[in-house]
Amino acid sequence: MSNSPKAPVRVLIGKPGLDGHDRGAKVVARALRDAGMEVIYTGLHQTPKMIVTSAIQEDVDCLGMSILSGAHMTLFSEVLKLLHDQDAEDIIVFGGGIIPDEDAKALKSQGVKELFPPGTSTQEIVTWIEKNVKPKR
Amino acid sequence: MGNDSEKKSKTRTDWDKAHKPLDRQRKEHFDSISFRPHPVMVAHDEMGAFNPSSELGYPGEYPFTRGIHPNLYRGKLWTMRQFAGFGTPEDTNARFRFLLANGQTGLSTAFDMPTLMGYDADHALSKGEVGREGVSLCTIEDMEILFREIDLTQVTVSMTINCTAPVAMAMYFALARRRGYDFAKLGGTIQNDMLKEFIAQKEWISPPAPSVKLSCDIIEYCSQFAPRFHGISISGYHIREAGATAAQELAFTLADGLAYVQHCVERGMPVDSFAPRLSFFFDVHNDFFEEVAKFRAARRMWARFMKERFDAKEIKSMQLRTHAQTAGVSLTAQQPTNNVARVALQALAAVLGGVQSLHTNSMDETLSLPTEQAVKVALRTQQIIAEETGVADVVDPLGGSYYVEQLTSQIESEALSYIEKIDALGGMLSAVEQGYPQKELAEASYEFQKRVDNDLYRIVGVNSYKDVGDEDGIPTHSVDLEVENRQRARVVDFKKARDQKAVASSLEAVRNACQNNENVMPALIDAVDNGITVGEVSDIFREVFGVYRDPGLL
Repeated sequence: MSNSPKAPVRVLIGKPGLDGHDRGAKVVARALRDAGMEVIYTGLHQTPKMIVTSAIQEDVDCLGMSILSGAHMTLFSEVLKLLHDQDAEDIIVFGGGIIPDEDAKALKSQGVKELFPPGTSTQEIVTWIEKNVKPKR
Repeated sequence: MGNDSEKKSKTRTDWDKAHKPLDRQRKEHFDSISFRPHPVMVAHDEMGAFNPSSELGYPGEYPFTRGIHPNLYRGKLWTMRQFAGFGTPEDTNARFRFLLANGQTGLSTAFDMPTLMGYDADHALSKGEVGREGVSLCTIEDMEILFREIDLTQVTVSMTINCTAPVAMAMYFALARRRGYDFAKLGGTIQNDMLKEFIAQKEWISPPAPSVKLSCDIIEYCSQFAPRFHGISISGYHIREAGATAAQELAFTLADGLAYVQHCVERGMPVDSFAPRLSFFFDVHNDFFEEVAKFRAARRMWARFMKERFDAKEIKSMQLRTHAQTAGVSLTAQQPTNNVARVALQALAAVLGGVQSLHTNSMDETLSLPTEQAVKVALRTQQIIAEETGVADVVDPLGGSYYVEQLTSQIESEALSYIEKIDALGGMLSAVEQGYPQKELAEASYEFQKRVDNDLYRIVGVNSYKDVGDEDGIPTHSVDLEVENRQRARVVDFKKARDQKAVASSLEAVRNACQNNENVMPALIDAVDNGITVGEVSDIFREVFGVYRDPGLL
């Protein structure tokens, strides 16, 4: 462990698809920012392509997506595929929303690192990122 | 011991001194879910200038604090209306018939995200979303299947749809025309409240000003041709779910209502020609008395606004009629069967608050769309309140409670000060354009989350009383992924089979109505009857009125 000041983790919080439920995404974005991370919030109604492009342009360490519309299987898979196609698989993908257990298992096996169900405290998400995401810089 | 019975405080202050009720409390703060400190009690000598005759009156009389009907639920129970929709129109039609067979008294339709955002099932942006969060509606054929074998003059139908409400409403009327129904016999409600979309629910096509114009087209059309149909449901539900406090929910909802009334009046519609069919929709959350007080305050405030600000003369114009839904956001994914208890208590608050119709959430809604079994428990919860508890026999049973009356006045005055701020910003349309309510919600929802994370607000099963080890699961509903393929193929085939000449002239008629600032409804009804789809009309809205993008405020 070095004592040099650590670069802050850069996080993109994305809202893919047509889903307008942004309460969770915004609360998480603010909590991560308050925890000292650099947070970029995409706003609503992004396509997977827009999100992956922003993530690469912003050179983020991880990418969190919030989906409450039931479209998680399609949207997470597309984002993973686009990251793979663009050699950006080092960007860690996590997420939250209304995602049944079975689907969560399937998504994790595809490469989503963690999914936070409703009721997760913001501290749990902060702790998880601190433990699992190392800033690239 | 004998002396204790002689001890009698003369005032609230004496009582505080004698008993020190704030000492030795089990926690430091006793706040409502809306951050309002709960009083330890309210005494008879704290009611100050409270004047029951002007603040309450009698049930069924101005200012309607005690309810809009003299005998409330003795005449007719509230409408039990469960929101339903998923998959193809056939799937939802089957769920509707299941609900009606189980004693439900009105229908309420949930549409999927593509329908709600103005994309047909075959659009690239619809991928993964068709039929998932509600039923997919692209064409009049879908509307026909959705209500197959349901007599629309016998049930009232609610449709939760907003930026594409003009299209859904047009399809409903076109279907009614095909079936030969008299429009005057059609009863129901279309949500059609665009202001709260920009504040909370975030389903939009065009910017706020033209969106409000379209909302008012429906209000105007219904008031002229379908007088039993509520052309708008001014909705606080989404505002609350997105993080507002009870007072913010009340204030922003009424301010939205005032903005629509203002717009209609400016169009030249006499206030009493449309105000009797305005309806409202509120959330009913966890803090029991706060919720009861909110409904009572809402009625009193609306009555006064309509009478004093808009000079309404008809009693019905002053009456706030409301639907309520239990708070989806209060349900937990952890220990999901506990949600049955939460829903029952929230539903009881709605009934004690005097609502006209109610949706009770199903226990599994934080996991997926509800199963039939979970929906049935939710519906039965309402039936138990109605039939077994006796609460529906007495009008406004909490009226006169020192606490409830004080709280009603308090929420009213908090909401009034928000409305003053909004008035100063130029009314709600302008406040929304400036992002005022959006920022207020972001602040309140973040504050609430911090309180939960710091254990200041306890949620059973989430930050307290957690289960050890694995929890018992409950069955969940899943939507067949094939639905999307079927629905996409159907709309593609439908578009090919249309009379292309009629399509072209219908699109032109709708575009002209939009460009010439006419009421779009007459042209739309003919257009959807000729096969114009939800996505095609929405494209015209995009072209003529422009596209709104999320400012992404944190």
